[in-house]
Amino acid sequence: MSCSRRNFLKTALSGSIAASLPLTMFRFLSPAQVQAATESKSDTRWGFLVDTTKCVGCGFCVKACKLENEVPYDAPVTRTWVERYVVTKDGKTHIDSPKGGRDGFVARHEDEDPNAEITKAFFVPKLCNQCENPACVQVCPVGATFQTGDGVVLVDRTWCIGCGYCVMACPYGVRFFHPEHKVAEKCTFCYHRISKGMKTACVQACPFGAREIGNLKDPNDPVTKTIMTERVAVLKDEYGTKPQVFYIGLDTNVR
Amino acid sequence: MTEQLFVHGAEWTVKELFCYPNEFIYWSIQIVMYPYMTGLVAGAFVLSSLYHVFGQNDIKDMARFSLVFSLALLPVATMPLLMHLQQPLRAMEPLFTPHFTSAIAAFGIVFSTYAFIVLSEIWFVYRKYFVEQVAALKDQAGIGNAIKCRLYRILTIGAYDISDEAVAKDHRAVKILAGIGIPVACFLHGYAGFIFGSVKANALWMSPLMPVIFIMSAVVSGIALCMLTYIIIMEWQKFWAGRKSSATAEQIAGAEIDMITKTSKYLLGFLIAAITLELLDLIFRGYTAMKSWDILRSVMYGKDFLNIFVLQYGLGNLVPFILLLMPRLTIRRAFVALCLVLFGVFMMRWNVVIGGQAFSLSFAGYMHYHLPIIPHNLETYKEGLFGALTVAATPFVLFWAINKVVPSLKSTN
Repeated sequence: MSCSRRNFLKTALSGSIAASLPLTMFRFLSPAQVQAATESKSDTRWGFLVDTTKCVGCGFCVKACKLENEVPYDAPVTRTWVERYVVTKDGKTHIDSPKGGRDGFVARHEDEDPNAEITKAFFVPKLCNQCENPACVQVCPVGATFQTGDGVVLVDRTWCIGCGYCVMACPYGVRFFHPEHKVAEKCTFCYHRISKGMKTACVQACPFGAREIGNLKDPNDPVTKTIMTERVAVLKDEYGTKPQVFYIGLDTNVR
Repeated sequence: MTEQLFVHGAEWTVKELFCYPNEFIYWSIQIVMYPYMTGLVAGAFVLSSLYHVFGQNDIKDMARFSLVFSLALLPVATMPLLMHLQQPLRAMEPLFTPHFTSAIAAFGIVFSTYAFIVLSEIWFVYRKYFVEQVAALKDQAGIGNAIKCRLYRILTIGAYDISDEAVAKDHRAVKILAGIGIPVACFLHGYAGFIFGSVKANALWMSPLMPVIFIMSAVVSGIALCMLTYIIIMEWQKFWAGRKSSATAEQIAGAEIDMITKTSKYLLGFLIAAITLELLDLIFRGYTAMKSWDILRSVMYGKDFLNIFVLQYGLGNLVPFILLLMPRLTIRRAFVALCLVLFGVFMMRWNVVIGGQAFSLSFAGYMHYHLPIIPHNLETYKEGLFGALTVAATPFVLFWAINKVVPSLKSTN
């Protein structure tokens, strides 16, 4: 009796190992490999150009983004925002972004001496950098966030478990939890618009042309031309994420 | 403005100077509890393995107790994660869609391997006991005994052979499992350290030393908790035995100071390793003084000075270190020292998790964490003081139940 049970267990064990072997013998493919095998290579790579010298901090872009992408209007989270930098003669840098700059900027910054002489001041709009090597995609434990063939990083709201690892992994602080959907949320370059040939909501709302979106794989695209021919910079390149939002007139004080 | 309330993190975060608009303390008390509980599991197991693998006979009774206790701690390691997830109903997804680039995705695989090892080791340790119980309960009347007998029958899984030869085989299996278990337990916890250490965006967390530091402090906290629980239970039995006339000599004896002294030696060894590595990390950061050092320094030496240097290193490490090293250790002194060690490791987890979010990614501002105490909705319960206390209390309830089936506190002599 005990011998036959032993045999049964042995056979069952080796049987189940044998049954699972063919599965494990398959090579693990990276998402990129799968994409290369299943899709033809995209001829689009979305990129963004921000001309900080043109931004006046009106906040129309933030308003437009919140309305277009249904991020609760008064919640203190936003897919895009505008920062104000005020550098005074004493060498101090005062940075603020009240409500993400949604309602524009009026008063001087609160921790700034009202009599201090301002040496320079400027605005810097921020949004997701749609990195070539996104840290957020790397850390997602369930693959709910992914990079599309044309370079935009998206979140699958039906699959995200809300662990917050991607929020912690992003060096730019662009991610947050959507107050209603309770999943990770981020700027998508208005993917629903750009994939239909429209501009993003923020680009369309900007009255000064400080924001532009273009196809970096198209050499004739005006955005690509500017990036190729002018002096542009990216934010925090030391993290190796290869950000794809390029800035004109970026200052050393910009964080 | 009611919708503001639903922004995760906004409830307990206070910002100072410039932080990006979306920055909040997203990982709060439950993520402090997670490495703390995992560390206790790993530490308890390593302590039991010291006996099974390396034959440290002086801690034999403690080894059996800590093995069963690590089983009680095991399910609790997952509790903080469940309470933290924004979508707890999707908690099983990481097992269904393993994503090999994410440190968190490994949790299911590592955790189940470890659970399998602990369960099978306990089975081998207690198999003989199960068989004896079946034999003893077989002919006894009463529904309770019948249920118990049935339970033990199931637990034997049909293996009734308790000849010397078979028991010797059991011992060998235990030794092998404990041997495999040590690296797996270290991996379980080291990888929890990797979750933090690999976040390149966070200046405080990113360090290759993080997994090793986590393992060392895990073993420290695991040993401390096992010793502490052992002392409490044994002294409790002694207290009750003193009131009953039928008490056995073993019950009156209480906790054995010999065993406490010997186990505390292992504790001190791991404590030294943990502190050395932590200080190395700190000195290295100060010496290399990368871009982030300015803000890190202002957090460590300024805002979090009390938490890091007074509570963690001072009260949590130095004081118990001296207490345990002083000659003629008493149960009472060991008790105080062990409580402080556990507190110190908790503060270490706190200072890593909360301290890592105490400054903005912009390096131009700070965030302060205010632990929700009185809950006013589900979120402030889950990620507040009472959520953390629920997690901390569960292993003791589980141990009480498990210990009914596999008694781990009887002396083997």
